[in-house]
Amino acid sequence: MIVPMSHILIFSGIMFFLGFACVLAQRNLIMILIGVEVMLNAVGVTLAGASALWQQVDGQIFVIFLMAMTSAEVSISLAVVVYLSRRKKTIEADAFSEMNG
Amino acid sequence: MAAILFYILAATALGATLMCITRRNPVHAVIYLVNAFFALALIFYILGAPLVAAWEVIIYAGAIMVLFLFIIMMLELAPTETPRGPGWRRWGPVVVLSSVLLGCTVALILADPGGGAAIPTYYASPREFGYALFHEYALAVQVVSFQLLFAAVGAYYVGRSGPGAMETAEDREGSP
Repeated sequence: MIVPMSHILIFSGIMFFLGFACVLAQRNLIMILIGVEVMLNAVGVTLAGASALWQQVDGQIFVIFLMAMTSAEVSISLAVVVYLSRRKKTIEADAFSEMNG
Repeated sequence: MAAILFYILAATALGATLMCITRRNPVHAVIYLVNAFFALALIFYILGAPLVAAWEVIIYAGAIMVLFLFIIMMLELAPTETPRGPGWRRWGPVVVLSSVLLGCTVALILADPGGGAAIPTYYASPREFGYALFHEYALAVQVVSFQLLFAAVGAYYVGRSGPGAMETAEDREGSP
């Protein structure tokens, strides 16, 4: 027997909202991406816990898909960060506040 | 035994994540995040997912975080300038909002009467895992592989130089 499911949910909830606070508070594009990573990992813990709760392997497979999705997201978003830093010489999010077609 | 380990690892992961999101230097944040991911990998192992634990270390801590470090060092942000992080004026409302949302979430979780029972021990063998992944979810695996291909093409398109590249600051300064 391991811990109750509610403790796993509370743990992943705290972790999710830590990432959420990072996305809201930080203005560095790299730190915003790190916050997104933390949130995605919290969701992965929930999926693995649900997999153990129902004794089915499906939750773990969803964690694998989540990792693949995260890899794609990180590669695209870091390429965009490099492009933005080449464009304005900064990665502070406030510098990109105007639309310019 | 597993329960005590879970609580220790959960505290480690939360502490490392808290240190990570409050750092001003992105390099320090990435190092703390690698620490949190190692703790998370052990939590995955306790929850009966050894393959997910291995891939957490290999993909997240090994590949994605090193990619972050490459980008940070390529942009030359790390040693020369430590950017000013958000102060209390910016953290205050964020902490209040996140705490309210987290409190509501925890209240909802604790309101569930069936959530207090300990979940049984579980272990997904690699055979079972692989059979489900490539049998029931075979179509999803192909869709995910297409998604990775599109991401690679998109990253190449955004980052390429030469004719047809996206406009940058040097181009605008050079052109009339």
